[in-house]
Amino acid sequence: MPSTPLAGLNPAHSPSATGGGPQVSSFTLPNGLQIVVIPDRRVPVATHMVWYRNGSADDPPLKSGIAHFLEHLMFKGTATHPAGEFSQVVASLGGQENAFTSYDYTAYFQRVAKEHLGTMMRFEADRMNGLAFDEDVVGPERDVVLEERRMRVETDPGAQLAEALSASLFVHHPYGTPIIGWMHEIEGLTRDDALAYYKRFYTPENAILVVAGDVEADEVRALAEETYGRVPARGAPPERRRPREPVLNASRRVTVTDEKVEQPYLQQSFLVPSSRTQAGHESYALELLAEILGGGQTSVLYRSLVLEQEIAVSAGGYYYGSLLDAGQFIIHAAPRPGVTLEALEAAINAAVAAFLERGVSNEELERAKTRFVAEMVYAQDSQAHLARLYGSSLAIGESVEDVKLWTQRIEAVTADEIREVGERFVRKGHAVTGYLEPRSA
Amino acid sequence: MTVRESSAASRAVQRVVSPGGIEAWLVEEHAIPLIAMEVAFLGGAAQDADGKAGTAALMAGLLDEGAGDLTGDQFQERLADRAIELHFNADRDSWHGALKTLTRHADEAFDLFRLALTRPRFDPDAVERVREQILAGLRHEAKDPDSLANRAFFTEACAGHPYAHPVRGTIESLGAVSRDDVTALHRRGFSRGNLYVAVVGAIDAATLGKRLDQLFSDLPAEAGLAPVSPLTLGNLGKHAIVDLDVPQSVVRFGLPGLARQDPDYMAGYIANHILGGGTFTSRLFQEVREKRGLAYSVWTSLHPLRQCPLFMGGTATKNERAGEALDVIKGEIARLVKDGASEEEFAKAKQFLIGSYALHFDTSTKIARQLVHIAIDGLGIDYIDRRNALVGAVSMEDLRRAAQRLFGGGDPLVVVAGRPIGL
Repeated sequence: MPSTPLAGLNPAHSPSATGGGPQVSSFTLPNGLQIVVIPDRRVPVATHMVWYRNGSADDPPLKSGIAHFLEHLMFKGTATHPAGEFSQVVASLGGQENAFTSYDYTAYFQRVAKEHLGTMMRFEADRMNGLAFDEDVVGPERDVVLEERRMRVETDPGAQLAEALSASLFVHHPYGTPIIGWMHEIEGLTRDDALAYYKRFYTPENAILVVAGDVEADEVRALAEETYGRVPARGAPPERRRPREPVLNASRRVTVTDEKVEQPYLQQSFLVPSSRTQAGHESYALELLAEILGGGQTSVLYRSLVLEQEIAVSAGGYYYGSLLDAGQFIIHAAPRPGVTLEALEAAINAAVAAFLERGVSNEELERAKTRFVAEMVYAQDSQAHLARLYGSSLAIGESVEDVKLWTQRIEAVTADEIREVGERFVRKGHAVTGYLEPRSA
Repeated sequence: MTVRESSAASRAVQRVVSPGGIEAWLVEEHAIPLIAMEVAFLGGAAQDADGKAGTAALMAGLLDEGAGDLTGDQFQERLADRAIELHFNADRDSWHGALKTLTRHADEAFDLFRLALTRPRFDPDAVERVREQILAGLRHEAKDPDSLANRAFFTEACAGHPYAHPVRGTIESLGAVSRDDVTALHRRGFSRGNLYVAVVGAIDAATLGKRLDQLFSDLPAEAGLAPVSPLTLGNLGKHAIVDLDVPQSVVRFGLPGLARQDPDYMAGYIANHILGGGTFTSRLFQEVREKRGLAYSVWTSLHPLRQCPLFMGGTATKNERAGEALDVIKGEIARLVKDGASEEEFAKAKQFLIGSYALHFDTSTKIARQLVHIAIDGLGIDYIDRRNALVGAVSMEDLRRAAQRLFGGGDPLVVVAGRPIGL
């Protein structure tokens, strides 16, 4: 509800590692609902999530923000349970709940004591096809979303730069449009828009149920059959119709100059394969490249720009590859006082070039792999994290097997493969470069 | 309604005392081969000298930037080579250190943690680098409405007191901090006497006992903390506006709160939950967001600083409706004092607080952090087991009294960043 549209540029890895972890089971109901169960028996708690394979990139033309607006309206009641009842029940059971919208998916979740799992499933199944709300809740909720956009974007030049970067990187694909939507289009969204979108996408064939916690797969299956199993099948899953992003032979530059900026910042975004569009194992190599080049204080960029040259206060990079249609490779840095963004940009380019010249050392490769393997273990410490990892991966069309094999595939990447994707996508790629600048007198 | 005893209780908390006399609270859990450790030292930013706000934060930021024979670069490499996660930070009342490691790298992890705590180098180049990083953060926030509203809130609420200063200081005050200030604060701030330790994970009590001595026995027995005087939130009724050219006003409001040890604390906690603490069910959520669409977020919380317990809340609404939003909020505060809560509302709030307690204990890091806070607050090692009964025992009369004490004392201090209309 205070739904968090996942910021488009979150420094999140693709399936951030899980490998040999818990005994995950997966099955499908006759109506097409896919189910994943992740055991975590340490505490008698369950995390219940429903993921829909549609996100802001499926917003129809002129209706940007409808996926996210509908996510808000999903809390406004159904034919059988009036507005607020579900939330009241969750609260009275001591549960937590929320929802979020991203480019490729929308998800709803509750965390409760395990004996209340069935109740959550009953309510969540009910709103899979029973949504019903009056016209009079639409206006105030649209105002809430407009305030959300003002809070996240209109008051923050850094967020405005992020929007401009995405809009410039994607000239045709809807990843260039913010998840929350453009202000002027949100203002025009209606009840009919929301319901049309709901009817098209909220179906059992298009959904994934993920349950993590102190539960047995058989128990989840039985509960799911009684609840989600009663939602009628709608036939084939809805089709995602999205334009393909062309490859432009052009680098681009965007600048946000604002009197609220006192610390300049720069970012380069590169269009790269995602885990779904990769040829071979490019996505795994990009993951390692990002870690070696820009992950933390031992990274190539931090060492060169912050420690050795002392021209930046921060420098790093990440790969955003857990996406259906295209990935992004990001490099960013903030200069020390007196250093221009132009000088910083030149230094970044030189550092990247020098790194690709010399290649990846064994030490760097081992350190990066160690980090990902450890993260796999750390991830098992959080059932909510695991539920999110499986849900987001399946929602973009990966398999349970892909998630399990992630670490193994990371470990198989060679130094040469990392250098090769760096050469091809970063050094020879076309950067969209963004400057965040103070408005100087 | 099932009311379960805190399920963290199913993971018994052990008191471990090392051969050298250092105490830690341990939850032993071998399901996953990792160890999470959380330590705290009382002190924090309230120890910053006048004009040198940010010293405590700078000191915390330098602990993993070189220690013992290792330069900052070498220290970071040693952490990264084994994917050991180590973080330090300061808040107004304490310093916190958090360690997470795979069990198989525990030797190296504890050794690096020991070096960072007991033998930080504070090399001049590291001091300048971290200072520049914090300054960059301060510049980044210099015209951010949320940061401005928070800073102005503490300036007004705690005027004349160390709590008035931002934890990371200001561009001026941080510039005035010398390496000697940092070194001196570490020497007098970190000791076995003001230390709290919690550990969760694949380690047994005997092993932990030995680790504790390795980690902490080089620290002095007692800290040399400066006394911090008690304070009651000031400037009640004042409306302070930080002018900023943005379309939305960020609002903070506050009143004197209740100390963590106050017998009415739990009743006050429930009153706060009913008013603005509950995510989707609170009165403010209903009135400000659901009914009127005034804001995306509206919240309140108890913030029991050791010497100045606070009640505070916030929202963000377009400038044109800021006055309206504030009127609704003040109206709801007054209504809670005048009419109290309904039996149903009260029962539901308790059900939520009791039922959701277990959700605070589902990762090792969260458990360790909770335990350290329970220890610092002096609530006792059995608090997790007792806590839900404490919630259950609050009566309607307790709730009324706590609401009166919290909200019945007059107009709140209000701070707004933006160009609010109608205030």
